Amino acid sequence: MFNYATPSIQWATILPVLLVVVTGVLALLFELARPKASNGGIVAVSLVGLAFAAIFTVLGYGSPAGETFAGMALRDGFGSTIELIIIVVTALSILFSDAYLREKRIAFGEFYPLALWAASGAMMMATTRNLLMVFIGLEVLSIALYVLAGLSRSEEKSEESAIKYFLLGAFASGFFLYGLAFFYGATGGLHLNGFAVAAGSNFNTLNVMLIAGLGLMLVGLSFKSGLVPFHQWIPDVYQGAPTNVTAFMAAVAKLGALAALWRVLDAYSGWQATWMPAMIWVAILTMSVGNLAALVQKDVKRILGYSSISHAGYMLVAILAHAKSPQTVSDFALLYYLFGYSLMTIGAFAIVALTARSGKEGTRLEDLRGLAHRSPFMAACLVIFMFSLIGLPPTVGFVGKLLIFNAAVQAQLMPLAIVLAINSAISTYYYLGIVWAVLGKEQGEPKPWTIAFSSRAVCAICAVGVLATAVFVGPVQGWLAEQHRSAPASTVSLVQHG
Amino acid sequence: MGILSLVTFAPLIGALILSLVPAEHVKAIKALAVATAVATLALSLLIYFQFRAGDFHFQLLESVPWIPSLGIRYLVGVDGISLWMILMTAVLGVVATGVSVYETKRVKAFMILLLLLETTMLGTFVAVDMILFYAFFEAALLPIALLIWVWGDEGRKKAAVRVFIYLFAGSILMLVGMIVLAQLTRNATGRLSFSLIDVQAAVAHGGLWAGALNLEAWVFWAFALAFLIKSPAFPFHTWLVDSYTQAPTGAVILGVLVKTGTYGLLRFCLTLFPDTLPHATPIIMTLAVIGILYGGAAAAVQLDVKRLIAFSSLAHVGFIVLGAFSMSYNGLLGAALGGVNHGVATGALFLLIGLLYLRRRSRGINEFGGLKAQMPVFAALFLISTLAAVGLPGTNAFVGEFLALLGTFESGFAHISGLSVAYAALAAAGVILAAVYMLILFQRLFYGEPRLPAVRRLRDLKPWEVALALVPTSLILWGGLYPSTFTRPMEASVNATRMMGMNAVDQRPVWGDPNQRLDARLNLLTSEAGPSIQVSPAALHVAGPIAAFSGTSRADDAGGGE
Repeated sequence: MFNYATPSIQWATILPVLLVVVTGVLALLFELARPKASNGGIVAVSLVGLAFAAIFTVLGYGSPAGETFAGMALRDGFGSTIELIIIVVTALSILFSDAYLREKRIAFGEFYPLALWAASGAMMMATTRNLLMVFIGLEVLSIALYVLAGLSRSEEKSEESAIKYFLLGAFASGFFLYGLAFFYGATGGLHLNGFAVAAGSNFNTLNVMLIAGLGLMLVGLSFKSGLVPFHQWIPDVYQGAPTNVTAFMAAVAKLGALAALWRVLDAYSGWQATWMPAMIWVAILTMSVGNLAALVQKDVKRILGYSSISHAGYMLVAILAHAKSPQTVSDFALLYYLFGYSLMTIGAFAIVALTARSGKEGTRLEDLRGLAHRSPFMAACLVIFMFSLIGLPPTVGFVGKLLIFNAAVQAQLMPLAIVLAINSAISTYYYLGIVWAVLGKEQGEPKPWTIAFSSRAVCAICAVGVLATAVFVGPVQGWLAEQHRSAPASTVSLVQHG
Repeated sequence: MGILSLVTFAPLIGALILSLVPAEHVKAIKALAVATAVATLALSLLIYFQFRAGDFHFQLLESVPWIPSLGIRYLVGVDGISLWMILMTAVLGVVATGVSVYETKRVKAFMILLLLLETTMLGTFVAVDMILFYAFFEAALLPIALLIWVWGDEGRKKAAVRVFIYLFAGSILMLVGMIVLAQLTRNATGRLSFSLIDVQAAVAHGGLWAGALNLEAWVFWAFALAFLIKSPAFPFHTWLVDSYTQAPTGAVILGVLVKTGTYGLLRFCLTLFPDTLPHATPIIMTLAVIGILYGGAAAAVQLDVKRLIAFSSLAHVGFIVLGAFSMSYNGLLGAALGGVNHGVATGALFLLIGLLYLRRRSRGINEFGGLKAQMPVFAALFLISTLAAVGLPGTNAFVGEFLALLGTFESGFAHISGLSVAYAALAAAGVILAAVYMLILFQRLFYGEPRLPAVRRLRDLKPWEVALALVPTSLILWGGLYPSTFTRPMEASVNATRMMGMNAVDQRPVWGDPNQRLDARLNLLTSEAGPSIQVSPAALHVAGPIAAFSGTSRADDAGGGE
């Protein structure tokens, strides 16, 4: 007789992740069934799957927040929003990838399932408070990205990028796992809820283990989100990886890692006197180093790589502000900036990807010259993305920075607000460099720009999104707040954790 | 959609329509752009007729939530100070698009950017919400930088980068300052709001800075720095010289001559920081005086016409800043008027220089000579603009600069905020410098024999060019001969601004209090109470510059801010 109680499982909680994983499998099967043929079918399958995932994420917003699978999976407003952003970003990356991969002569169908699985990993990281699940998500995300970074097998820099990313990434995962072990040692579990109990006991050893665990986990997550001083891999990997992979990586890896960071720091917020000073310095360094290093770069992908470091710093400010005063600072600033940043980045990389022609790709600033003459529309889009990255109104970058400034001031983190302001000013220089390059005249013989419809569509969606999200920030926030409200306030269920 | 939004976004709508016209239809594009600017001007006249002079509150308010969680709204309104700035921007919009008809390079993009620029400028003046103001203030950088970079002259790239970085870096800290102000407003009133009306109310009742006096100076300088750079005041003027010289004429007329910077000083710095003003005033006044003298001296040695006008602008802005921070009624009136005058007078000069440059492709002062014989109509129009730049009575610049100097003298005699007469005396010397460089310019360009063959081939202005140039030049004369058209709608707002900065707590006018009004002698009244709560008969009703001579309008010392 099997007569033990099965825990009630809410499949709806993991439905979005499940759908994305299954879509990945379907995409792979499609590739097996029609090898070497056009990838249009795979793209279609992927997009349809993502559309379903998005629909179910939105539908799931209203249902009660809580954990299932014995605390392994969590549904709350923050996680669902991150999932939704990841799905949108993945769809956009996939949409412009086909044309790019064909032009670059690496039209391998593997890209799509791998990207989908990477996305599912990032989604897992965002929708759990169980550290083991965070780790699994992290690995699913990372391993897929290692392969994707080396997709352009004939190019040395792509291989270099993959190897560097893999070696350093494996190290970082090791650190994270080590931190996990400490956490387990201190709390006897892997759920972040265990922190409160362990921290309450005045055992010195436990405290040391909890802090060591936090430190090591922060190292791992900082590496993935590209925070200084764990950022050195970013420019090389971003530059070497195929541009569509870079776009995907810049957005999705940050989304997953920063969401996990948010959850960990949220759990540890009782001990912020210990870690807050260190993280404030990390934020200051991340913002400044990223921007200063970008000033002297000549390669667009490296510039955007360094800029992604500084943007991670801006978002860290939002995270720290929330951790410092969770009552007054909501998660909206972080979510909004993540969404805006993803749109700008995907759009910008989609345009950089246009430089790929018949197997070659030039990503130096000079290679962008002449775009304004060939396609004023794409040039205008890039100008919008760059000015949004600078933070000029009326773009999502401006409103996002405004929200972060506000969060920082509200949380009494004035120094961070001022450093952010100064960094915004510094960053104008290199973003303008990209704008000037696009507007400049081509040197030498004019090169053809093949601009696929899908690339146009991606840029149009991103540009409209960048402007519309800024103008209609009120309704967006209202809708999110509505969804959050319809779910019970507590995001932590009372399920027992082992 | 109210009239203010309609005026603000009319150029944007025009730009959107333009973007649908194929780039080959150059003539249609130009016609459409000019038509948009003219329509905007026509609509802006409606604002003038709906405006009630004598009321210092914001009028024609429109409010739509933008970011409700932060209390940020799309809140627009107009008061006496912004009214003329809006009208002047609309006028300059016509002039800028008109002169840009001669643009040949990528006309469509040029016109779209020009119209975008006009929208951002108009938006800056109608915005009453601080974040909305900042959004328009900053959004202007995009068209300015692109216009200079693509359509400028030989040194355009450096100029564009410099303009953008200078202005962006200058104002980003202001954004932090605005957030601090809003948070302090919440501490004082319990409601987070970025509306200037709400913030000012909290300041006026003394609640806002009561708990944060140590922050006031920081926030003040965050604002002041942004506006001093944008104005620009010495020593932040280097971007201005570059952009005047390199930018296409249309971009200069709309992008730089429209004085959003000095407007911001009047709107924010004077009204929101009553306790810091006495300490900051000597510093800013010193910069203004240096700007007047340095600008005049530097202008006198320039060989490039545009650089000369750029340095002369520095001097004109100096007078505006001087008048504003004198915190006397006359000085403030001169500053508010000066923003308009400068745009109109220098706009006329720039238009004419632009038309000349189109004919001769040169900006060197010594490359001309004898133009008077060649281009008599041009010379006449140029003379009017020159005299306005000199500040001759009968031109609008005289009224503004005279009032600004008068106000500075008044404050100097009264030792308000530690000022002395020396500021006014030194600044007055700057007027002489203006005569030196402008008259030398006129002499070099127009008198003598036309030595160079290229000059002898020059043709006079075409009829429609004359019509275009008559727009600002007639305004120069109107403003000089009948200034009350311009000053009367301003008076209430100007005096309210002065009292916001100078009066003691709870004797300050409050924009948000509809019961308050100013009586005919500009004293503050509340309608229930009847008797004035503002004791000092500070500012007398001054109909025009001549009445100011009567000397009755001594600046009072109504309690400073401290």
